[in-house]
Amino acid sequence: MNGSPLTMSHVVFIILSAIALVGALGVVLNRNLFRAALFLVLSFVAVAGFYILLEAEFLAMVQILVYVGAISILIIFAIMLSRRMMSPEIKAFNEQWAWALVAALALFAILAFVLLGVVWPTAEASVPENTISDLGQALVSPDQFVLVFEVASVLLLVALVGAVIVARER
Amino acid sequence: MDFILNFWTELGAWAQGVLYGWGLPEWAVNLISDFVGVLILLIIGVMAVLIFTPMERKVIARMQDRPGPNRVWPYGLLQALADAIKMLTKEDVTPRNADRALHMLGALIVAVPALLVYAVLPWGPNIIGKDLNVGVLFIVAIGSIHVLALLIAGWGANNKFSLLSAFRVVNQLLAYEIPMVLCILAVILFSKTMSTQGIVEAQTIPYFVSMPVAGLIFLICAMAEANRSPVDLLEADSEMVAGYMVEYSGMKFAMFFIAEYVNMFAVAILISTLFLGGWKFFGLEDLAPVLTPFIVFAKAVFVIFCMLWFRATFPRMRFDHLVGFAWKFLVPLSMVNLMLGALVVKLTENIWGQAGLMLLGNLVVIAVTFIILNRTAGKVKDAPALKRIVAVER
Repeated sequence: MNGSPLTMSHVVFIILSAIALVGALGVVLNRNLFRAALFLVLSFVAVAGFYILLEAEFLAMVQILVYVGAISILIIFAIMLSRRMMSPEIKAFNEQWAWALVAALALFAILAFVLLGVVWPTAEASVPENTISDLGQALVSPDQFVLVFEVASVLLLVALVGAVIVARER
Repeated sequence: MDFILNFWTELGAWAQGVLYGWGLPEWAVNLISDFVGVLILLIIGVMAVLIFTPMERKVIARMQDRPGPNRVWPYGLLQALADAIKMLTKEDVTPRNADRALHMLGALIVAVPALLVYAVLPWGPNIIGKDLNVGVLFIVAIGSIHVLALLIAGWGANNKFSLLSAFRVVNQLLAYEIPMVLCILAVILFSKTMSTQGIVEAQTIPYFVSMPVAGLIFLICAMAEANRSPVDLLEADSEMVAGYMVEYSGMKFAMFFIAEYVNMFAVAILISTLFLGGWKFFGLEDLAPVLTPFIVFAKAVFVIFCMLWFRATFPRMRFDHLVGFAWKFLVPLSMVNLMLGALVVKLTENIWGQAGLMLLGNLVVIAVTFIILNRTAGKVKDAPALKRIVAVER
């Protein structure tokens, strides 16, 4: 932190990082699938905390809405419908753990190398007061993101129709 | 006189002045005032249980032509207190094969999402926990944590029925969240802000008057989210024996009970904020700002009265009908309402013009809905089969 004194936001950042890391470790190490999914939720909530720390409230709310409210519930549902739901004690490791460790360490090394090597640009201006209306305008204005936005909606619609067709009784 | 009319803001300023008078630094004063604010909001939330349990029992008893609780003085109004003492002294049972930690966690966090919502509900022009500029989105996001809490409770008990109910939780709450969010979106279109305070300020005409369709859909969805009869199939007593909380007893059960009423009150305040004008009441809020919390409270009590009215008079739906109702009826209707709103907002900038056009459009939508329902609903899909059954029974 370039020798600057420890401010409140540093303390909050450290606490949130600890929560996120404990959650992530819980996901991989816990032998109970349901509990592992709950640790994943903890990790997601901590990431939402990072967004609030960065004054991106909208992103934080969407993070909770999409990841905690939708994706983790989808995961929990898949776990509940799986075969071993009622006998939750399963192995946390299988015979491929050594290769997985090597791959994970390699990924960590690459990420650490990149993160330490790049000089990150920092914005001079502070975060504007009300970013939501700007964001909304940007999503629907023709010279910005309207095409991307519409393509994403069409993609979701296609997925929805596909799901209906797959699940339909004949 | 001014002091009495602006009592709440003056009280806050006076209390801060006293704290500064003690020689406290600014951060300490802010910390203490925030802490007191949080405490007040929590107490209001939990007081909802003591206020609305007697109200629910008495109102429903009146509608069903029976006396209701009348043993505990006066008029049975202290029944809630007696129930609380009973709950505290009951044995706390955990099923032998339950996931103990999750069983406990479910009871602990079930009331938290409902209480968090109070942070962004406005009680007056300056009386609000925190006026987030994403306030409404915050409420929707917190609502999704509620689903998670009920899932944990249903799974932790290791009981078939509570687990089945947990499936229903996800099925029902996610289905009803969609029309609810679409109605909120229609409101945001007109208010042009997501802050709850901004929505109240934008309501020269309460949105329930200009878009009754959205208001009614929101009321139904809010009842489903707050798990109120007749849409309380998460705990349907007749088939699920109280659903996700079947294995909870004593104080843990009381937590679910508290959560239900906290949730109901929060939802009622939310409806009065989004659709009934919040702390505004025909200019009364400018004459006497001291009355704004009471205006909000009165509106919330009215909404809760409507909920109790529905509970006492409507039969419970079957579960597949309930979910089908959300997907096949409420979602298309709220979509139509949203598109209508977008059209009206583009047509005119004038508030009265918008409200008039929206009301007109809503009346047309209601009329068309009734015509379509008249033609399609109530028709027996498999008429020959029904005839056979009737013939056999004769």
